Amino acid sequence: MKEPKQLSVSAIENGTVIDHIPASALFKVIQILGLDKISNQITFGTNLESKKLGQKAIIKLEGIFFEDDDINRIALVAPEAKLNIIRAYEVVDKNVVKVPDQITGIAKCFNPKCITNFEPVTTRFKVVSKKDVALKCHYCEKITDQEHLVIL
Amino acid sequence: MKNKSLVSIDDLSTDEMVSILDLAEKFEKEPSQRLLEDSVIATLFFEPSTRTRLSFESAISRLGGKIIGFTDASSSSVTKGESLNDTIRTVNNYCDLIVMRHPVEGSARLASEIADVPVVNAGDGANQHPTQTMLDLYSIRKTQKSLDNLNIFLVGDLKYGRTVHSLLMAMSRWNTTFNFISPDELKMPVEYKLYLDSLGLKYYEHSDFTDIIKEADVIYMTRVQKERFSDPIEYEKVKNVYVLRNHMLRDTKENLKVLHPLPRVNEIHRDVDVNTKSYYFQQALNGVYTRQAILTRLLDLK
Ligand SMILES: [Zn+2]
Repeated sequence: MKEPKQLSVSAIENGTVIDHIPASALFKVIQILGLDKISNQITFGTNLESKKLGQKAIIKLEGIFFEDDDINRIALVAPEAKLNIIRAYEVVDKNVVKVPDQITGIAKCFNPKCITNFEPVTTRFKVVSKKDVALKCHYCEKITDQEHLVIL
Repeated sequence: MKNKSLVSIDDLSTDEMVSILDLAEKFEKEPSQRLLEDSVIATLFFEPSTRTRLSFESAISRLGGKIIGFTDASSSSVTKGESLNDTIRTVNNYCDLIVMRHPVEGSARLASEIADVPVVNAGDGANQHPTQTMLDLYSIRKTQKSLDNLNIFLVGDLKYGRTVHSLLMAMSRWNTTFNFISPDELKMPVEYKLYLDSLGLKYYEHSDFTDIIKEADVIYMTRVQKERFSDPIEYEKVKNVYVLRNHMLRDTKENLKVLHPLPRVNEIHRDVDVNTKSYYFQQALNGVYTRQAILTRLLDLK
């Protein structure tokens, strides 16, 4: 009997696994982290069952380790995301994402009269609340809350 | 100053505010000082605002400065679709400081990041109008001799009124008691009340404009505009309720002054104008001294 072919993507040797991404946010996470622009081996799984999230997604990145500041950028779309840091096929560290104090780009200001919705300018926000995310626009000074949050 | 531009009243520390008010006092004593003799100031009014523009131009003229600019966007390249970025980069080459008014919120902050010269925000939509706030503070300090321990009554449209929100934020740096008088539809937004709570400052809300004002040191009147009401009947009900009449000032405090950012419609009856407690026209004049102080401070001339 021939052994069934194993997928070469099931485990990674060195790198990062991002778990507990809401399935609906997978493509936002890919975009925010710029994963469509790098040549490393990356595996995506989506619409996986999750007790917590209903449908979750998972990303396995071979040879990639994130700085906190970089990975925290996904906190707006995947606040429950968990990171497993892999070395030699073993989980050597676990991490959770944290909403950062400042957000550059990523989110859209909900205020239709804000200059960022008229001119090609990168949005900037101060995070005024982390639990129920509330972002104060650096330009118009209005607050965008979770309910009105739109990811660019 | 830490910031070379003045975009938001929050850009100023309390010390910087006080220092600008002190400087404005000197300009009141001696308004004609040729400090801007060698300077060119651009006044860019992307939307018309005659009062604000005249006040700035008066301040610049009394300082001997030259003015370039436009008075509304229809007479400028903006109507041809030029971006704010390009307009500011161009004008930046021709002047030492930019005064700008623009209907889009956050436009002045963006301009201040694009320009090499200081930018003074003369109003960006419903967001900020810091020179108005500074002239309000000047008027309050001048008439009350201090900014400490005052009881300030804000009357009218407290929901959308940019000037009352900025004034509240500025006066909350001192030990101020606030009284809010407004129709239910136009109450002070909850975030400002939470902010006062966090500072431990007292405030009281009223829907009736009654003899409660006898406790006031300052009454700051604003316009209740018809277009703010979803139901026109609600407007009809309140439109004559938040109107100040001379007889209402009878038993008020000696030191009371009535302020208004102008223009008024009917919210202050003309019979108040003769009362020595009315202060809104002097308040407008104070805008010139305050703007002289802000311009010379931003240019490091004073
Ligand atoms: Zn904004």
